[in-house]
Amino acid sequence: MTADTITILFFARLREELDTERLTLPAQPGLTTGAILANLAERGGAWAQLQGKQPVMIAVNQAMAKLSTEVRAGDEVAFFPPVTGG
Amino acid sequence: MISIQKEDFDPAAEYQRLRNSGAGTGAIATFTGLVRDSGDLSDVQGLYLEHYPGMTEQVIEGLIAEASSRWDVRQARVIHRVGRLPLQDQIVFVGVCSAHRSDAFAACEFLMDALKTSAPFWKKEVTAAGEHWVEQKTSDVARSDAWK
Repeated sequence: MTADTITILFFARLREELDTERLTLPAQPGLTTGAILANLAERGGAWAQLQGKQPVMIAVNQAMAKLSTEVRAGDEVAFFPPVTGG
Repeated sequence: MISIQKEDFDPAAEYQRLRNSGAGTGAIATFTGLVRDSGDLSDVQGLYLEHYPGMTEQVIEGLIAEASSRWDVRQARVIHRVGRLPLQDQIVFVGVCSAHRSDAFAACEFLMDALKTSAPFWKKEVTAAGEHWVEQKTSDVARSDAWK
């Protein structure tokens, strides 16, 4: 991770279906987790589900976040399905 | 104390550690979850469990802090396994010691219910026909919400 990028992590079903565990994106002023999801969904195929019916949970720097949460350079953003431990 | 690990654990040893938490302890409640042969699918042969290292521990720390603010909690112990687990293997252990049974029961049940819907773990069922990521249950969410 460099100072001007954001790290994106995927877990569980999303990690498998997107065949991606980690991405690095450039940081931009005012960027939100919702905008990141919308941009990634435009890749099409399995990525379209990021804007689909199934809920996508969001964490920023390992704390639960919302679509409106702003992300800054150096942040770690994670997208994952609803949790099913225990 | 929280442990996320691939290895199995010994509930008897965990119980003894809770028992040694001091003369003020009058009650210990423990819960152990096991891999069973049916869930979303029937004929489940085992589970694969994944977690978000770092966040998982932080979330459970927060749940223990919340339990400690709501009930008398002398000590709380949470162990959760990850990786491939065969049938009847132990998945999760929650142990709480308190002065009285009502606090021990409530805190133990709260920790387990809240963990299931807020700690970032994901379960995949393994069957002869293939693998299936388990869906979150509305009944689990309802149980967790009932503590709010």
